[in-house]
Amino acid sequence: MTTLILLPVLTTLATMLCTIFTVRRQHWQQWISLVGSGTLACVTLILLQQVLAKGPALTALGGWPAPYAILFRVDALSAVMLVLTALMACAALVYMASEVDPLPPHPLTHPLLHGALAGICGALCTADLFNLYVWFEVILVCALGLLALGNLGGRMLQLDAVYKYFAPNLLATLLLLIAVGLIYAATGYLQFDALHQAAPALPEALVTVLVATLLLALLIKSAAFPLYAWLPASYPALPVAVMALFAGLLTKVGTYAILRMAGDVFSPTPGILMEGLGWIAAITMVAGVLGAAYHWDIRRILSFHIISQIGYILLAIALGGLAPDSTSAHNAYGAALFYTVHHIIVKANLFLLAGLVFACTGSFDLRRVGGLVASHPLLALLFAVPALSLVGVPPLSGFWAKLLVLQEALAQGRMLWAAIALSVSFLTLYSMLKIWQEAFWKAHPSAKPQKTSRSLAPAWLTITVLSGITLLLGISPQQLLAVSVLAVRSLGGGP
Amino acid sequence: MMPALVCAFWISLAASLYLVLSRDTLRCVIGLGLMGNAVNLLLLASGRLQYTQPAVVPPGESALSLAANPLPQALVLTAIVIGFALLCFSLVVVMAIAERSGKDDLLLLRHTEPEDTAPVVPSFLEKEKETP
Repeated sequence: MTTLILLPVLTTLATMLCTIFTVRRQHWQQWISLVGSGTLACVTLILLQQVLAKGPALTALGGWPAPYAILFRVDALSAVMLVLTALMACAALVYMASEVDPLPPHPLTHPLLHGALAGICGALCTADLFNLYVWFEVILVCALGLLALGNLGGRMLQLDAVYKYFAPNLLATLLLLIAVGLIYAATGYLQFDALHQAAPALPEALVTVLVATLLLALLIKSAAFPLYAWLPASYPALPVAVMALFAGLLTKVGTYAILRMAGDVFSPTPGILMEGLGWIAAITMVAGVLGAAYHWDIRRILSFHIISQIGYILLAIALGGLAPDSTSAHNAYGAALFYTVHHIIVKANLFLLAGLVFACTGSFDLRRVGGLVASHPLLALLFAVPALSLVGVPPLSGFWAKLLVLQEALAQGRMLWAAIALSVSFLTLYSMLKIWQEAFWKAHPSAKPQKTSRSLAPAWLTITVLSGITLLLGISPQQLLAVSVLAVRSLGGGP
Repeated sequence: MMPALVCAFWISLAASLYLVLSRDTLRCVIGLGLMGNAVNLLLLASGRLQYTQPAVVPPGESALSLAANPLPQALVLTAIVIGFALLCFSLVVVMAIAERSGKDDLLLLRHTEPEDTAPVVPSFLEKEKETP
């Protein structure tokens, strides 16, 4: 069990090393990468099964006793997120085997991708505040590398994206470091369990300041209002498969950390912060979806939808913090986890589909594409599943996710938040209809759409599988819901 | 010692915030580097600063007495390494941006975003505009 906890990080790091050594042999590199992500999937599935059967597992590194050692702790919440990370890694790497992007991937894409995955796995496994900061830095460094690679739209596009990703994210990690320093000065601990026990002894005002600094840093990382502009400015510069992986996972690591801090380590969190988080969530939803309604590039529309959907997850977390009793809190946190799972799969799938739209029509700009219903009816069908799921049309997974959040908002009498969440759904429908209308329904603007002779079979396989998972989650949400509620029951020092 | 450190922290944090808010790319990056150093001071102060003894166990003893707390020093060391690497990387990026485009004003860097002056025109209107 001890080694099993470390295996997700070790597997990805080992794969990263192997792909560095095979930089000159691209074919080998691709296979090593695939095998590595497959192993990661097996490891995380075994870990999830073990954690569900035997409860949270932990291991201490460095040979020190508990409050001083660097702890890795995997509970059901972390395990579910780890499984999703592995699933997304497999999806992105299989998709990368097809020739969707105009240029083949840069040889360093695979090592950096696995480095980012190692950072994500580490951030999900760790039970130490400073360690969390270090893993966030690992993710940041690898993401910067991936943004700087390649030559999609001229070097300036890459450099501009790097800069716009770098500045706000470094500000966020510095804020996180300030929070780490302040929390250590106030409590003398960095380890999650020790912090959970030490926090209630501190004055309420001090805890409010500490947790506010921490949440502010993590909110920038999850692209919440008002510091979200870096996300749509940087993601479109990435190759499609990497973009889908980032869209699925990176901001969700931020929301996971917020859930971990607000719902677990510092629970019960001061009410004023959760109230503020709820309003930030509501404004984030509206700001994201309005951005999506404005733009015409599919990638930018979908990037703005990430922001809007982050709002729903944050709203669920805020409702959990404001809940009057523990059952209600578990329902809200469970809704947050359910929403995260649904959102990661659907959002990554939509980005992968956008890549296929590009491969079939030659552009990401909705004004320059069209006629896909006639030429690729299967693509239209596969697009409809995640798009309608994102909107929240029953019986797809998004419907259940939104239902759980809305139920909790109404149960707590937060009518305004519920109303905002509902109206944002309608605006989401509008922008999905825009993609449908422009890319699929209308005729192609140029008389003779270009034919592609590129091999796209792995890409089709990936989106079919992901759409299938969305359908499956929609038809039988009980299993995931049961796992979600079970996972959040151990938060906040529960059994 | 502590008042001096607090002054140093707040002055460098204020200066770095002023620089970070600038639209000039180089100023922003230098501001972030300075902020990293301010944060390092804060991390150092989160240990027991009033003891000026080194953070090692003296020979022949098994426990630390009257020594500095070693943990914040380890944290600062990690933060310095990461911060230095990121500062170097960002300086290269800023230089490359300035060399290639000749611009260092963020408002003029619109390669990843559509120009805000260009109106967003739906496709059917765009066709009408092209015909005359």
